[in-house]
Amino acid sequence: MEALLAISIGVLVAAAVYLMLARHVLRFIFGLVLISNAANLTIFTAGRLTEGMPPLIELGQVAPDPGVANALPQALVLTAIVIGFGLFAFALILMFRAYTTLGTLDSDEMRIAEPREDDA
Amino acid sequence: MSWLLTIPLVLPFLTAVAAFLTRESDWGRKVSVIGNVVFLGAAVLLFSHVYDKGVIAGQMGGWPAPFGITLVADYLSAVMVVITAITALAVSVYALSDINTRKEYLGYHALFNILIGGVTGAFITGDLFNLYVWFEVMLISSFGLLVLGGSKAQIDGGVKYVTINLVSTILFLSGVGLLYGMTGTLNLADLALTVPALENQGLVTVVAMMFMVAFGVKAAVFPLFFWLPASYHTPAFSVSAVFAGLLTKVGVYALIRMFTLVFDQDIGFTHTVLLWVAALTMVTGVLGAAAQNDMRKILSFHIVSQIGYMIMGLALYTPLALVGAVFYLVHHIVVKANLFLIAGVAERIAGSTDLGKIGGMYKTAPFLGILFLIPAFSLAGFPPLSGFWAKYVLVAAALEDQAWIIAGVALLVGLLTIYSMTKIWAEAFWKAHPEGTDPTLATLTAAERRNLLLPIGGMAVLTLIIGFFPQPFVSFAETASMQLLDPSPYIETVLGEAAQ
Repeated sequence: MEALLAISIGVLVAAAVYLMLARHVLRFIFGLVLISNAANLTIFTAGRLTEGMPPLIELGQVAPDPGVANALPQALVLTAIVIGFGLFAFALILMFRAYTTLGTLDSDEMRIAEPREDDA
Repeated sequence: MSWLLTIPLVLPFLTAVAAFLTRESDWGRKVSVIGNVVFLGAAVLLFSHVYDKGVIAGQMGGWPAPFGITLVADYLSAVMVVITAITALAVSVYALSDINTRKEYLGYHALFNILIGGVTGAFITGDLFNLYVWFEVMLISSFGLLVLGGSKAQIDGGVKYVTINLVSTILFLSGVGLLYGMTGTLNLADLALTVPALENQGLVTVVAMMFMVAFGVKAAVFPLFFWLPASYHTPAFSVSAVFAGLLTKVGVYALIRMFTLVFDQDIGFTHTVLLWVAALTMVTGVLGAAAQNDMRKILSFHIVSQIGYMIMGLALYTPLALVGAVFYLVHHIVVKANLFLIAGVAERIAGSTDLGKIGGMYKTAPFLGILFLIPAFSLAGFPPLSGFWAKYVLVAAALEDQAWIIAGVALLVGLLTIYSMTKIWAEAFWKAHPEGTDPTLATLTAAERRNLLLPIGGMAVLTLIIGFFPQPFVSFAETASMQLLDPSPYIETVLGEAAQ
């Protein structure tokens, strides 16, 4: 199970890095989504994987049985997904504004804040 | 005593809500100033308590550490909260005249106070994942502030700022996940106990490097700093000032915290990397500044250069060097935020911050000239201003440690800083105004003069106080550095005596 997840994280990161190296900022954003999911899977995998052992406490006991699924990484991933979603929404809107005000999505063409020496 | 910790944390958010609800009336900006006065009071209360009693900690929701979220303030955290409050108050007064009603309607004051809340949270949290959350709070509000108004330059700078910061955030998050996987805890004090006991120290170093890169982006160190000079000169001056003063310093704080408390096993590797990074950051920052011809761009590159000094203090990792780093951190926030505020006034009265288009302000606005000279000379390290003592301690620490190269670099960069500051002085204040007009402070209304110059004057006075009476500040930094190098009081306070 760990091996499978590790490989898929690797594939996600590779695809994300490929996308993020593009000058097109929309591709960059898609890469960002992939890599943030890779990060979430990393937390999930690092926090111990179990199968069919929900972290429930039996009636009459005070602690769960040893070996149950770890609920904390799932809580962390949930938080990270929510935050990531908010940031992604902001980034998308920003790119849209960039397209409408700057007229380009090529990061090399965005030179308003730092004009080239010759056209300044 | 956990209320001492929660009040400074909750206040900025309450202020933000109130400021948002009243943003269409005059009250929005007043709420922001009042809120920040109260915030300063709460911060000073926290500080005086920590100063008397040492480290204090509070467990949120009554869950004992290391299971719940811990808030903790040692000397370093406490002084950072106070300096955050001072900067926030100064900038909120300045914003009374700097932010137009449209930006106020769009929620400037709310975003600003959320930013302050996020910065405070990052300083006093004792939990790694919670630190991530505060970074996000800070990040999303800084995104909003940066592009508020939506000019072309802002959107352009914003794209670069947002993208690189998101990448660093994801790296940070992955690091948190891996560290949790190895240790099973996220509490910083608990990590300080469990990380040295791990079998595979090589993996710890790998994770440490992930944190170094993630925080390095936030702190704008070489070679991860390019986003900073690409974006810091685009938003409103109040926004630039608070970013310049506080945001990168949160990255530096996180580096200092993690690399003294948790990642202090493989110093031979991690802190050597940091030392090279520090030297290169100082040099590239100051050379970048020398090539610029706009006040805000010069100052932006100088932030990068000054970050190098703080990292140098951490990298040398001797008691004296950490004293220098803490002292530098505090002095730098005051001075740098102030310089950006002054650039804002210069733009107001002379029409631009481009050094080619302005001039003559020494003749017509000598008072502003004096106000500029104080932080500028302090930044360059002229005795007896605050920057001199900060640099003196750091260079002394480097010489004591026989780190000749870094000591030489620090001194050389200090000289080049003087070059940039005299350039601004000569161009903006000394030479005649190119269009023949005389920029004077009289063009501002009385209210504008009060709102813009009062915070600048206040922070200049603070710079002078640190400069002329450095002893209490240095001995405070000494205790802070002692707590960083021997974190056992920190760990005991968080986890209780039993954990030791």
